[in-house]
Amino acid sequence: MTVIAARGLRKAFGATIAVDGINLHVEEGRILGLIGPNGAGKSTALNAILGLTQYQGELKVLGRDPWTERDQLMKDVCFIADVAVLPRWIKVSQALDYVAGVHPRFDRAKAEGFLAKTTIKCKSKVRELSKGMVTQLHLALVMAIDAKLLVLDEPTLGLDILYRKQFYDSLLNDYFDRSRTIVVTTHQVEEVQHVLTDLMFINRGRTVLNCSMEEFESRYLEVMVRPEHLAAARAFKPILERQVFGRSMLLFDHLDRQQAAGLGEVRTPSITDVFVAVMGNVMGNSSGDAQAAAR
Amino acid sequence: MSIPPRAVPESSLDPGAVAPPAISATRLLYWSVRRELWENRSLYIAPLAAATVYLVGFLISLAGLPDKMRTVSALDPAKRSIALIMPYSHAALLLIVIGFVVAIFYCMDALHGERRDRTVLFWKSLPVSDFTTVLSKASIPLLVLPLLLFVVIVVLELLMLLLSSVVLLVSGVGAATLWAQLPLFQMELVLLYILIVLALWYAPLYGWLLLVSGWARRAIFLWVVLPPLVIGAFERIAFRTSHFSSLMKDLLVGFAANAFAFRTPDGALIDPHFIPLAQLTPGKFMSSPGLWIGLMFAVIFLTAAVRMRRYREPI
Repeated sequence: MTVIAARGLRKAFGATIAVDGINLHVEEGRILGLIGPNGAGKSTALNAILGLTQYQGELKVLGRDPWTERDQLMKDVCFIADVAVLPRWIKVSQALDYVAGVHPRFDRAKAEGFLAKTTIKCKSKVRELSKGMVTQLHLALVMAIDAKLLVLDEPTLGLDILYRKQFYDSLLNDYFDRSRTIVVTTHQVEEVQHVLTDLMFINRGRTVLNCSMEEFESRYLEVMVRPEHLAAARAFKPILERQVFGRSMLLFDHLDRQQAAGLGEVRTPSITDVFVAVMGNVMGNSSGDAQAAAR
Repeated sequence: MSIPPRAVPESSLDPGAVAPPAISATRLLYWSVRRELWENRSLYIAPLAAATVYLVGFLISLAGLPDKMRTVSALDPAKRSIALIMPYSHAALLLIVIGFVVAIFYCMDALHGERRDRTVLFWKSLPVSDFTTVLSKASIPLLVLPLLLFVVIVVLELLMLLLSSVVLLVSGVGAATLWAQLPLFQMELVLLYILIVLALWYAPLYGWLLLVSGWARRAIFLWVVLPPLVIGAFERIAFRTSHFSSLMKDLLVGFAANAFAFRTPDGALIDPHFIPLAQLTPGKFMSSPGLWIGLMFAVIFLTAAVRMRRYREPI
């Protein structure tokens, strides 16, 4: 089943074009990471998917138009838009009561089960909780909803390492199964690398890279090049070269694995390094033709 | 319950996910209103606090009640009744004014606050429509607050009567005169009528406040008062007339002339501290064009507020 289908998605704020013709196709059971620099249009794209903003182009989420059917759509879609959007005055028990009152697919016992594993008390108000605890609460609410699509926009922003690790662990262990779909944007790319099944780089409102993680792993190679092969390796046009402990690390796009093995030690690069390489090239390209620069 | 056999979409792996259990519109509205009361505790704290303060003041004044009862007995019956009713009608007036102020502040913040603190992103992540949300917010000044005021005022007046009776009995004056002169049941009926009249008459005002609250990015109060002031001033300069300002005046105080007859059939002015049932004119009120034009504007403003809830993003 197609969860998100977007063609030529576009959104402009006055003269600023936030999203400039994005095509997106997300199937059931995928975990898509939307990665991009600040102001790349990630949040705007997500807002369009969630029915929070108007857009041009074609967009269907679970077969519905998000802008006109937001309230119906939200029975099957959950989102954590940002840390700290839970009202500060609400008590934990009130939050549970309210969501149980309005959401047909909320399982209160399940949410209470998640909360029992934390130090959050039912009597507490959100304003009394730490930032990490508020995120835990929001996640407990969301994970107790039997939704088809979960959208996370910078869910771990400003949290310490422990909470961030825990966040993705509980998401994968207690929530995700093959019938659910997750779309996540984050700057903490290294933390989601092993979580994602699909990857999309966005810059200036355009798609720069869109591939599955299998494709990513076969396409990008990082080689720790032996000094004697450096000149030969550079001839293959690496997209990024950096020094690690005095050794040269070269990042290649579409290099034969056999050939690479002859140059040095081969491994799968981190998303971060590919991101830096791809975005570096895009930024340097003044024509702004991001698609071409990425290839 | 039997489920007719039919083709289930192949993609739905989870049988529970096929048909979501529906939540009725009234239940959504109920929880939305409860949510408003959780967030805006001043809605009931302010009237309760005012009632408590008034009651304490009244309690202190009770020291002079036996003396007052003796002087009052010397007055003619009509004046005697008014003198006894006065503290009760002042209590009702105080709470109605406080309720009005609370309602105005509530409406100005209702759709602005959630955008300011970005919690609108949380509320919008739940399957509650913008229509239900705006309706629940509008129901606070139109329905919830008037009901609350009615209960608080009735309880306050009963407590006042009870305490007065105790003081009078203890002092040996006797409470019979007070009970005979105080048309309590009639007073509460009139109170209910006044609360309904005010809610209906001020509906366009509340609608306007909610609309501005959903539209403006900041300075809500300015945007609330500026347009009427500018339109009034413009009319005065351009046409040397004041139709708009008299319309605004009618919006604020026009309900009185339509809802009550301040003169008895024989032409005597009645005392506004106690309006007898016979002086209420619900027929005239319900058929006054001002009311219906106002309600029409209320609907227009609220419809626009629903659209604002949909279009406006967090500030």
